[in-house]
Amino acid sequence: MAETAIRFSGVNKWFGKLHVLREINLAIGAGEVVVVCGPSGSGKSTLIRTVNGLERVQGGDVVVLGESIARRGVNLPALRTRVGMVFQSFNLFPHMTALENIMLAPMKVKRVARPEAEKLARALLERVGLREKAANYPANLSGGQQQRVAIARALAMQPRIMLFDEPTSALDPEMINEVLDVMTSLAREGMTMMCVTHEMGFARRVAHRVVFMDEGQVVEEGTPDEFFRAPKSDRGKQFLSKILTH
Amino acid sequence: MDFSVVADNFKFLILQGLIGIGPFIGGTLRLAIPAIILGFLLGIAVGLARLAQAAWIRVPATMYVEFFRGVPLVMVIFWIWFIIPQLLRLPIPEYGVALTAFVIFEAAYFGEIVRAGVQSVARGQVEAATALGMTATKTMAYVVLPQALKNMVPSLVTQMIVLFKDTSLASIIGYVDLTKAAQIVNNREIRPFELYLFIAVVYFLCTYSMSLLARRLERRTA
Repeated sequence: MAETAIRFSGVNKWFGKLHVLREINLAIGAGEVVVVCGPSGSGKSTLIRTVNGLERVQGGDVVVLGESIARRGVNLPALRTRVGMVFQSFNLFPHMTALENIMLAPMKVKRVARPEAEKLARALLERVGLREKAANYPANLSGGQQQRVAIARALAMQPRIMLFDEPTSALDPEMINEVLDVMTSLAREGMTMMCVTHEMGFARRVAHRVVFMDEGQVVEEGTPDEFFRAPKSDRGKQFLSKILTH
Repeated sequence: MDFSVVADNFKFLILQGLIGIGPFIGGTLRLAIPAIILGFLLGIAVGLARLAQAAWIRVPATMYVEFFRGVPLVMVIFWIWFIIPQLLRLPIPEYGVALTAFVIFEAAYFGEIVRAGVQSVARGQVEAATALGMTATKTMAYVVLPQALKNMVPSLVTQMIVLFKDTSLASIIGYVDLTKAAQIVNNREIRPFELYLFIAVVYFLCTYSMSLLARRLERRTA
């Protein structure tokens, strides 16, 4: 494996009394695509949200692109410009057009001039197949289109790492593939990706590694082949039998 | 009924009472417009302070809101009229008293509207902006407040209308607004029905045009 992009070491987190992350140790290499799966409530969304500090860890550390997020005085906004995130519920800004959604952060955070930001935003819309939708407001886009704009918005900051938190879970079935296609092409271009998803087809085809979580722990990890053919743990077997039988 | 009393004193009632041009310090609009603007601006500060994580900002702001919501406006006007000049040992003119009272009183109400408006914006919006590397201030300015303001428009307009009508209370300290102007004319002419009906119509026309304006604004931003 090449250099490490994300390293979780001894990560612990509680929500009140609930121990949601227990001693997580995991390293994700640059250019690697890792799918995190597991039953709901297993802590996978919480784990991915610690990478850009949307959730603070209470024990251990996450080192992202060489920066410790648990260190006092860490510049989280600066780190976040290098880590893009895509959410289950898209979270596009409803008062801005698709184009403006993509232009906002480059202009306000990186101080990119408007013409340049617009050029970049149009190129990104083209890349996610939504060139004609630049002037549309989110309310006038389908779920799949909104999520593709959200991916473009995250890419506009030219991140080194992309985090996907159940990006297709809120989508109607016929829209899932258009989003997965964009993610697949991103993976092929060598983007470092951490994806929480239930799309096992995507995991099989695109992921380099699958991490299976349950009850706040990493239960097992391995190549998609290893995990899907012969899960080592009983909990992994149970999980797969539940999601693959229908 | 004889409305000639209104026609004869029309200039005094409108110029002096409503607008504030005349021999006396007064004018409903001259008080209401700056009070609405300054009260709203202070209200934004109060509302955001109410949402602050730091207790030393949040707690005083909460006390401010609870206090001024809990006392009558007339009381606030009296305090500033009688007590502040004694404490500071300098006289404050009627206009200064009235404007100060309205701004600090109304800021409590505007603050609550702002707080509710900000809280009405989905949490995911803040997370999305944060994840893009935007600071809390930028997130507030470019993502949260524009959406919050839109949600606030109906309550804001209601509060502005309430404030507009409440300016009639400034007449009790001798500020010559529309109400006081009608009183002055009535003391001479004894035509209460015609005069007070007339100023009621003027108040209504002003507040109704505020409503219409708000409706247009809501439709445009919808």
